[in-house]
Amino acid sequence: MANFYTDNPELKHHLNHPLMQKIVALKERDFSDAEKYDYAPLNFDDAMDSYDKVLEIVGEICGTTIADNAEGVDHEGPRVVDGHVEYAEGTKANLDLCRKAGLMGMSMPRRLGGLNFPITPYIMAADIVSRADTGFENLWGLQDCAETIYEFASDEQKERFIPRVCKGETMSMDLTEPDAGSDLQSVMLKATEQPDGTWRLNGVKRFITNGDSDIHLVLARSEDGTRDGRGLSMFIYDKRDGGVTVRRIENKMGIKGSPTCELVYKNAKAELCGSRRMGLIKYVMALMNGARLGIAAQSVGVSERAYREALAYAKDRKQFGKAIIEFPAVYEMLAVMKAKLDASRALLYETSRFVDVYKIYEDIAKERSLTPEERKEMKAYSKLADACTPLVKGMGSEYCNQNAYDCIQIHGGSGFMKDYACERLYRDARITSIYEGTTQLQVVAAIRHVTTGTYLSMIRNYELQPFAEELSAVHAQLMDMTSTYEAAVNKVLEAKDQTVTDFMARRMVEMAGNIIMGYLLLQDASRNGEFKKSAEVYCKLAQAEVAKHADFIANFSVADVEAYKA
Amino acid sequence: MSYNIIVLAKQVPDTRNVGKDAMKEDGTINRAALPAIFNPEDLNALEQALRIKDANPGTTVTILTMGLPRAAEVIREAMYRGADAGIVLTDRVLGGADTLATSYSLARAVNKFGNYDLILGGRQAIDGDTAQVGPQIAEKLGLPQVTYAEEILDINPKNITVKRRLENGVETLRAPLPCVVTVNGSAAECRPRNAMRLQKYKYAASTSEKAKLSEERQALLDKRDYLNIPEWSAAYVEADPEQIGLPGSPTKVKAIENVVFTAKESRCVENNDEQLEELIKELIANHTIG
Repeated sequence: MANFYTDNPELKHHLNHPLMQKIVALKERDFSDAEKYDYAPLNFDDAMDSYDKVLEIVGEICGTTIADNAEGVDHEGPRVVDGHVEYAEGTKANLDLCRKAGLMGMSMPRRLGGLNFPITPYIMAADIVSRADTGFENLWGLQDCAETIYEFASDEQKERFIPRVCKGETMSMDLTEPDAGSDLQSVMLKATEQPDGTWRLNGVKRFITNGDSDIHLVLARSEDGTRDGRGLSMFIYDKRDGGVTVRRIENKMGIKGSPTCELVYKNAKAELCGSRRMGLIKYVMALMNGARLGIAAQSVGVSERAYREALAYAKDRKQFGKAIIEFPAVYEMLAVMKAKLDASRALLYETSRFVDVYKIYEDIAKERSLTPEERKEMKAYSKLADACTPLVKGMGSEYCNQNAYDCIQIHGGSGFMKDYACERLYRDARITSIYEGTTQLQVVAAIRHVTTGTYLSMIRNYELQPFAEELSAVHAQLMDMTSTYEAAVNKVLEAKDQTVTDFMARRMVEMAGNIIMGYLLLQDASRNGEFKKSAEVYCKLAQAEVAKHADFIANFSVADVEAYKA
Repeated sequence: MSYNIIVLAKQVPDTRNVGKDAMKEDGTINRAALPAIFNPEDLNALEQALRIKDANPGTTVTILTMGLPRAAEVIREAMYRGADAGIVLTDRVLGGADTLATSYSLARAVNKFGNYDLILGGRQAIDGDTAQVGPQIAEKLGLPQVTYAEEILDINPKNITVKRRLENGVETLRAPLPCVVTVNGSAAECRPRNAMRLQKYKYAASTSEKAKLSEERQALLDKRDYLNIPEWSAAYVEADPEQIGLPGSPTKVKAIENVVFTAKESRCVENNDEQLEELIKELIANHTIG
């Protein structure tokens, strides 16, 4: 019986990061819930033990039922019956299992029926679920939307909706429309206020993941006559009220178990969530940041699975009288896959910890005013989370695609057949670098941290952290890469030309990402020898990548852009 | 209506994934190499009990297990899945029991427990595969028994309706309460451990486990009564010393042989339609396939 948590000790390594001490103490308000709830932790060790044991449940469910169901779900997929979604049988069984295991609403407070887990162990569960079934991670991971209700809805709404999510009702975020994809300012779904204070929604939404969920968050135009983001508000639609039907389910390349719906709103009753006009500007941004971290976790889960499938095949498959893993061309590929996996996972949990600290402070600020030091710390972590989220979503999803590609490559002709899981992984991986903002849009979100120096100051800070002596060569490489990065960024910025900055943005963001992930692996390897290989392999790769980008930038002049224009 | 249900559970060595080191040289089980697990069919029985509990609020599910003090592990495991409490029947004098002595001892414990409506258990344990303990308990308690149960279809204060899985079909029958029902592996799988319940019950400890805990943890158990798993001795359940343990076990193991299959029953046939057809006919005739 496979357990996807206990068979992957890297997870526990990340769970036991020193910063968790602070996160848990803040999250548990010095363990004051222990008097009120019989399942609340008594102290730090107790809380960590609970995360560990609950992740073991996640690992067991994923390693058995969810992983076993994945192939059937991929074949069967969901369908539309009378305007509503009927999940594949395996999906229904998976959801039932997650509900019974109490894995819904994991990060919600206890008074609303949740487990009050920090984001970090929740994200770890997402990482595990994705390894078992990438598409199912979407349905399960949409519990994230409860965060938005928790942060912005009224107390009465929180008490009405969040316990339902904790009991296992599913959620969706209805944002995209036929003419509003990456550009959400163009959302047209019309919201009309009624005399009783409720609202009616009319219009169409498209590409809505799990669009027939129980509780929807809907972005709609509440301000008549407006055309931009400032006329949009966030609404909660309760499926029990009716008014929304599923017109069709998209026939997708991958994540086929996750229904992607076209929705028709006909006078659907809804209620306002938070303040009017803040829908896009504030709430969707918050929602998106949470969702992006979720996709990063999903990507890491796919990377993990791809690496494992490839490794197992390479050990098993014999050609020219020996296992193919013994050939340099194959073992290099595998080492690089593992390095990308470990690098993106290191950044994933670094980011989730940053998110944890600032979000918990935000929550505490609702109960009491923060001290100036606390406020300062909250701001600092919020900035770090803001800088790291697009980086890990962007690069993590690209790595996951690369690993899924290499996984098939290692399988050779067999990988091209439907007989192995790798072809499903390859199809499932593809969406990760597209939804919740394409890689290109992640670069747009990340570039200001290149230009304003957030990344560089992070790097400088990592540079000063202690590291194992045997890894001093890696540290020296990283310092060297940093100088190269600085010079390249300076050259681009000196041009004072927005087009050139935009043109070079991805290169610069990736260089920063390479160095940051390199330092994180250096830290991991210093704490745990198991990461030594990955630290070395990744830094070799990163060094070459940074040099490549730097070279491109060094040999580029403003006029060269012309050759690329359409 | 609510019911008091006892689920019989056994901690067994995991014999499903047996490796080379599963047996010692003398042919006895190498317990160190096999992890101790919840007997799989007892989990099926637990699920049936929990379904009754779901449908009938106020119902209590108590696990009764006989074994070493560490058998409290299966009780915690059951608590994480939905059981309310557990009892470990443990005593040196109970050791070495065969199915007769075991069922006598458990029947005494059930008697001591009193006030029960239903006793559920797995059909058999994977270490002994006898399927005798459940039925023998029923006999000793003078209760009706239903074996090979696949699903409890209905329960009311007077009787229980059970679907049995038999070799060539199913049989549905009704039995008066209280009774003993042993559940087949083909019944619904047990629900998973629940995250909230796990956090609530993870510190549950048996009397002897508690004695080894830190003072702080002992104080927690004193404060939270539901975390205490009582240990019952042979004397406590008023068992006759002649009928328990080795003295109460007429089954004597004469010898254990470690059988290693050496002969490979393989036969080569020519790769042509004629020979293949002949082989298939032969396999159908001797019921290997078909």
